[in-house]
Amino acid sequence: MRHIISILLENEPGALSRVVGLFAQRGYNIETLTVAPTEDETLSRLTMTTTGDERKIEQITKQLNKLVEVVKLVDLSEGPHIERELMLIKVKAIGAQRAEIKRTADIFRGQIVDVSPSVYTIQLTGTSDKLEAFIESIGAGCVLETVRTGVSGIARGEKVLSL
Amino acid sequence: MELISGGDMLVRALHEAGVEYVYGYPGGSLLHVYDSLYKQSAVKHVLVRHEQAAAHMADGYARATGKAGVVMVTSGPGATNTITGIATAFTDSIPMVVISGQVMSHLVGDDAFQETDMLGVSRPIVKHSFAVRRPEDIPEIVAKAFYIANTGRPGPVVIDIPKDMTMPNERYEYVYPKKIKMRSYTPPQRGHSGQIKKAVELLLAAKRPVIYSGGGVIIDGSSDKLRALVDRLNFPCTNTLMGLGAYPGTGERFIGMLGMHGSYEANMTMHNADVVICIGARFDDRVTNATSKFCPDAKIIHVDIDPSSISKTIIADVPIVGPVGAVLDEMMALLDEANETPDAEALETWWKQINEWRERHGGRYEKNDSQLMKPQEVIEAMWTATKGDAFITSDVGQHQMFAAQYYKFDKPNRWINSGGLGTMGFGFPAAMGIKMNFPDDMVVCVTGEGSIQMNIQELSTCLQYGIPVKILCLNNGSLGMVRQWQDMNYEGRHSHSYMESLPDFVKLVEAYGHVGIRVTDRDQLPQALEDTFGKYNDRLVFLDVAVDETEHVYPMQVPTGSMRDMWLSKTERT
Repeated sequence: MRHIISILLENEPGALSRVVGLFAQRGYNIETLTVAPTEDETLSRLTMTTTGDERKIEQITKQLNKLVEVVKLVDLSEGPHIERELMLIKVKAIGAQRAEIKRTADIFRGQIVDVSPSVYTIQLTGTSDKLEAFIESIGAGCVLETVRTGVSGIARGEKVLSL
Repeated sequence: MELISGGDMLVRALHEAGVEYVYGYPGGSLLHVYDSLYKQSAVKHVLVRHEQAAAHMADGYARATGKAGVVMVTSGPGATNTITGIATAFTDSIPMVVISGQVMSHLVGDDAFQETDMLGVSRPIVKHSFAVRRPEDIPEIVAKAFYIANTGRPGPVVIDIPKDMTMPNERYEYVYPKKIKMRSYTPPQRGHSGQIKKAVELLLAAKRPVIYSGGGVIIDGSSDKLRALVDRLNFPCTNTLMGLGAYPGTGERFIGMLGMHGSYEANMTMHNADVVICIGARFDDRVTNATSKFCPDAKIIHVDIDPSSISKTIIADVPIVGPVGAVLDEMMALLDEANETPDAEALETWWKQINEWRERHGGRYEKNDSQLMKPQEVIEAMWTATKGDAFITSDVGQHQMFAAQYYKFDKPNRWINSGGLGTMGFGFPAAMGIKMNFPDDMVVCVTGEGSIQMNIQELSTCLQYGIPVKILCLNNGSLGMVRQWQDMNYEGRHSHSYMESLPDFVKLVEAYGHVGIRVTDRDQLPQALEDTFGKYNDRLVFLDVAVDETEHVYPMQVPTGSMRDMWLSKTERT
């Protein structure tokens, strides 16, 4: 099962390499990873998605918690949460295709952020599933390039991950 | 306000952290620090002959005293040579602080002379590591390094110091923190009371219980508490390879080591138990054999300070995260309060069964009629000669298992071996680290002619500092454990397990200025041991003892089997 693990990490050089190294070293899989400083500049917020059965995820969270620079950690998939991913996608857009792609982008609430005579660059935000559904709708054949940020997530309601 | 250089800060901070000895080797990046060492006498430096040995010396010291050992090496090869030693300490949860020099900050990343990314190279085998970026941070980093290394589940910590952080002419204010508090690091102080209560209820209701304890009990300094629990409950107790000595080896309730080369009675007791309480051990694969067949009828209670050890390989029915000592205190208090005792009748039946197993196999091996000795009898003779009270270090292989099986450790912190990583070359420098700190105690390194050659250069260090350790080399002229596996699994094809062109060890150690004694016949051993611990007491003695090369270590668990599936001799299986 897919899990979204959210981590508050000391914003120090080398901290990220410990997190990533742990996954490589113990044979865990990272599907996506996003990291950036928070409003408190001493802390970074890191979101990663990974897959595994309950026992494996338990080991992953325990091992992460053992890292001295990991301040706090939560498995967002354990409760109601919001997840978002941003994608920039460059697609071939010629002739009749141009209108069709524009329509599809509208349906998915995407924005065309750059235009050339034969290419659209579209910005799309949503869950990972939604981004994949968009690619499927326009047809993988016309995709020239995609770049995705990886998942960011936050718990719904009052629950916060902070010190 | 007094201003001092980064190098002086480092040495002063080590002194404040309680460091007496530093084991190391100088080099370009650390020369400012070595100059700071020269100018004082509180922190003594021991010059090894290879940096790996420095790490093992610090490790031996840490295992015997419970306090972090300190290593100091230069950048590049100096640092990378410690890697095996750091990994050895990491695998066995041994506190250590490694100070590695680094090239000038402005050269980092330029592939400068003797530059290695030490933090990157050591990352998977340290508990934590620090890079010094400002000289004035040095005292705080040192204090944090010791705090992290010594607390919780201990482990090695690396401090990487670029040379420009230690410039003699750049001076800063020295402030050593009185107390360390880290928001992201808070080791557990006690176990969960509800879980401890559940554990006590299970223990009191058990009909066929066993206490399985490991190195965590020794690290926590809680052997007395373990002994009190075992004796109070009248339960059988088995120790892991790392846990030997936590419960007395000659104690009546001790059923021997468990696992791959564990005693027949310990493995049978584990397999047939209905309640297993594991204290400060981690269900290592050398203990459990096939996890799917492990203790089929048992409820498992697991006490460990590291939550990631719990339910990693064996699912615990009652997990207790906490320091062993605090958890045992709470258990004893609950037992006092409950004023109940375990089912005496069931225990009597259980003990009867265990004693039958003991009689069936026990610590048995076949003696030779010839003068060529079995390795086991050499260990037994050494146990007698040292009255069972020596610090015994070992290298890795058959001699290690024979020492673990046949030297009965009655005290904790006396059996010093690389249990988790299995590092050949560990025993000798570890023994040196211990002897320097326990000059009045007997310290013996049990080794083989294979392992000893992995750090034999330290004979020179021993002469320089006068470290009279005793080396007992069980010389069978082959890599015994490899040979045993080749006998058992490869139809006796001894691929590269035979040691050709062995040196004359007696001449070799004499060349280093020590005493060498060669023993080929059984009749020579008593005198040799007497001389080793008698007239040569203040000298390093290398006892090179010829032993039967065909001997195997038994019992030995059958791969993919349960704990009770064992070879008991070359021809007998359970």
